[in-house]
Order: sequence, then structure tokens, then C-alpha cells
Amino acid sequence: MSLTLKEVEHIASLARLELSPGEKARYREQLSAILDYVAKLQELDTSDILPTASVLSEASPLRDDEPRPPLGTDALLGNAPETEDGQFKMPPVFE
Amino acid sequence: MNLTDLTLTQAIAALRNREISSHELTQACLERIAQLEPSLHAFLHVAAEDALAQAKEADKTGANDLPLRGIPVAVKDVLMVENMPATCGSKILEGFVPPFTATAVKKLQEAGAIVIGKTNTDEFAMGSSTENSAYGVTHNPWDTSRVPGGSSGGSAAAIAARLVPAALGTDTGGSVRQPASFCGVTGLKPTYGRVSRYGLAAYGSSLDSVGALGRTADDVAALFSVMAGRDPLDATTMDVDVPAIDMAGGRHAASLRGMRIGVPQEYFMDGMQAEVEAAVRAAIEMLKTLGAEIRPVSLPHTEYALPVYYIIAPAEASANLARYDGVRYGPRAAGEKMWDVFRRTRGEKFGPEVERRIMLGTYALSAGYYDAYYGQAQKVRTLIKQDFERAFELVDAIAAPVAPTTAFKIGAHGDDPLAMYLEDVFTLPANLAGVPGLTFPVGFDGEGLPVGMQLMGAHFREDILLRMAHAYQQVTDWHTRQPNP
Repeated sequence: MSLTLKEVEHIASLARLELSPGEKARYREQLSAILDYVAKLQELDTSDILPTASVLSEASPLRDDEPRPPLGTDALLGNAPETEDGQFKMPPVFE
Repeated sequence: MNLTDLTLTQAIAALRNREISSHELTQACLERIAQLEPSLHAFLHVAAEDALAQAKEADKTGANDLPLRGIPVAVKDVLMVENMPATCGSKILEGFVPPFTATAVKKLQEAGAIVIGKTNTDEFAMGSSTENSAYGVTHNPWDTSRVPGGSSGGSAAAIAARLVPAALGTDTGGSVRQPASFCGVTGLKPTYGRVSRYGLAAYGSSLDSVGALGRTADDVAALFSVMAGRDPLDATTMDVDVPAIDMAGGRHAASLRGMRIGVPQEYFMDGMQAEVEAAVRAAIEMLKTLGAEIRPVSLPHTEYALPVYYIIAPAEASANLARYDGVRYGPRAAGEKMWDVFRRTRGEKFGPEVERRIMLGTYALSAGYYDAYYGQAQKVRTLIKQDFERAFELVDAIAAPVAPTTAFKIGAHGDDPLAMYLEDVFTLPANLAGVPGLTFPVGFDGEGLPVGMQLMGAHFREDILLRMAHAYQQVTDWHTRQPNP
């Protein structure tokens, strides 16, 4: 299974990764080799097998939905590269 | 007495008996870190002043009321500790200081432990050597030209070099067990859902677990029993009692009488290092001498674990790492539009292995490929899980090698990701099945590098694995050997 350069660019675009031409060529080769390797899974007939949803047999216990003291705006915004008026700030999505 | 030579268990006793103070112990650890860090690089951050201040407080309030009072511990840098930088080994979190603490760490702190610093890791725990850390590789204390394993390589190296008596790691595909094996220390990957992941930077959410590393099974049991249990902040943690771990039984010659240990032929493959197989087989003989019954078992789908893992883990990673976009934390690349900022920040700040896994996972989940890759992988995962369920109807534990070789040279796998993935071939199945695994040293190869063995157990039976390893460590001295880095 060999990925095309166009497929690599499509995946990078879905993953929001800007890649250099060198990275695209390298990932194309490496990802193709990994996909060849994982194709081994197609050997197995799994038509009667259910996919694993959780490794544990019992359902996760739920907790009561009770309010807890929040961390607060300052703590949550403290690591942001840019903020304004107590909010995260980003360049525009559209013009 | 050299205080850094104390195991965690010995340090707890010495503090309790007032033979040493927490300040002395913490100071001794900090001095050893200062002395050996230039050659090892096990740490990404050392909180010397804070640790010493906490140690002074611990000495004032006495050592008898809390199980880990005054004990310095190191924490892998993918776990959040309030007001201590957390990079996850990545440039995309450079400068990030979390405003909260992971539950596993908090439980240790509430038990009296002092976080002395954050240990090196492959970027976002993706790797088997710490070579993928954006902040430089950690060196194996047994041979500094070799890797310590990964991704919890910083924690394993710190324990082996006696920089700290105890450390936390995480294990998504072997990241506690393989570095513990490469560094000759004891490491536990608990059952999925046994220890809270709240405050752990998520990688593969159906696989991730928070584990403990120390020099002995006793040490690891002391950390594990504090960390384990239900956490309302992690919906996957289960309400299952942590059994009292009967270590006293380990002191009898036939302490494992009545225990059944399975040996899976699938884990002794062609091409593995002969000295690894020999040491593991000798350790199994020793467990037999201790009274355990040894039986062959089969885990027939073992060969599919690696391809299953390298679909499921990247798929989950591609979703989990979508949050690193330069909006809420970390550095931000310049761009006219929001989408440019996302693409450039991620493209510039993620390292190659993280990018590869994000790409692989994105592809496996994309329209038209989901069923063939992710769907099929989740079905084969069921077969792997059923292999373990059948085996644990027959035996109490499964004994196997941890990795096909001892620690390899830094740079040995170059830019060949698939060769690196093969390092994980014996550790991935436990994560896919959610079962616990415990690694401990069982010998050395001709180069003087440690060989580890792992015991895997049924869900929530870490106690059996710890008891067996403890019994083994009562009659062997591999775990007492120390490197000279």
C-alpha cells in the first residue's frame, strides 16, 4: 500500500499540520511502510467478532453532577498566548 | 550511611524511626541529581527549593501519621503538578504551568510525598527510548551510550541511578515496563481503570495507565496502594477494592505454593537476544523453586498486537492531540487566519514521531478507511483480550520477557519508526487487554546490561504479581545491583 503525495497532503490538512516538502516525502514513505505492516490484520476473519468498546466488563460508575469550585478565569487564561477581556484571543476565522 | 542507597521501603522505615530526617533525605537526592544529571539528563525540571521547604515541614509534623510522609518522588512530565512546568517532552507545551495536579500525584502528596521534579519522556509518551523528547535524550545509567527505554525513561533512569527512591511513570504500550527492564528496576503498569488518569496528558485513552517505579516490589506496592482507587474526576476508574498485599508470605521458602504461572510460547520468538530468553527462563525456574506450578499457555493472537496497537493508539492520539492548537496554552505561531495559526503552530512545534502518529491516526479514522483499519483493529483487539481471559482461567499469572533485547544504543533505530515499534512487541498486549503487568530485573547480559521479566495478571490482581515478584526478590539480588554512571 503506497500513499500518494496528494493523500499525504489531504491527511495533513485534516490533521491541521503544516509540513515542509521534505516532511511530506518522508512521511509518505514511512506511513506507507507502516500501513503495509498493519495490513496483516486483514488476514483474520472477524465477521463474528464484536469490536472492543471497553476492556473492562463492568460499566463505569457515574458520579453525581454536583457543582465544584472552578479553577477561575485567571488560572485558566494564565497560560494562553493572547487574551482580551477575560477571553482567549485568536485571529479571525473569516475576513 | 548513604541516604540515596535506601530503597523506598527502607527510607519510610528510617523516617518513621527518626533515624533520618526528610530534609536530609531530600538534600541527599538533590545532591545526587546535581552530581549525575550532566551525564544522565533524567529530569526536565527539579524543584529543589520547594522540595526542601516541604521536607522541613514534614520533619516538623512528624513521620508517623502518613504512609509516605517526607518521601521525595519524581513524576513523569506528562502528569500535571500545580505550579510546576509540564512540557510532556514537547515544544508545543514549552512554558506551560498547569493550574491543577493530577489525582495520582495528589494522592501521593496527601500521603506525605514530596514531588522533587519532573522526569524526561518521549514527546507525549510516544516512543520506546526517550529519543523523541524535544529536550534531549536520557542516558541509561548502566551504559550512558545506550537509551534508558521509554517513554518513562527519565523515571526509570532516576530510580536506577538512585537519584530518587520512587517515581511515577505512564504506560500506554509498555512505557513503564520496558524502561524499567532496560534500567534494571521494578515497574508496575496497573489494570486499566485502577489508577486515575485525571491530570495526565491523554495519549491513547483506551490504553493509558499511570504506573509506579521503584527498586523493589515492596516499593512499588507502597506507591500503588496509595494511588489506586476510584476517582470521581476519571469516569474510567472502577470501584474495586485494592486487596491488602501480602508481602510477609514472601519470606517463606515455598511462599508461592498453590500459585499457577503460565508461560506463553508466543513470547519466546526467533531473533530475540539469547541472553534475554535464558535469564527469563531461569527466573521462571526460580518461581517454580518457590513453589509455583509452571504451565504452558497460549496467547495465539499475540502477533497481531503490534498492528492493532499502531492503529488504535495513533487513532486515539490524533483526537487527543487536537487540543494543542496555540489557543489556550503553549507557544503560538504567527498567522493571518485562525487556520494558519493552527497548522503552523502544530507543524512547527510537534516532533516527527508525534506528527507521524497523528497522521497515521487521522488516516485510519478518515472517511472510507474507518472500517478497514480502526474497525478491524478493535475487533482483533477483542480476540487478544479473549486470549488473556482464557489463559487466566488456567493460571494466576503469565511470565514473559519484557522486550526482545536489552537496552540498545542511542541512535540505533535512526529514522526507522517500524524498527522502533518492534521494541514494544511483548508489552502492547497487556494494554490492549487492560491487564496489569509488573517488570523486575532477573539478570544481566554479557555487556552488563539488565534483563527484565514481566508478570501479567487478571484485571485488578496487581496483588498477585507484586507478591510473586516480592518472593523472587527475597531469594535473588539482581534488584540490589547498582550502576556506576
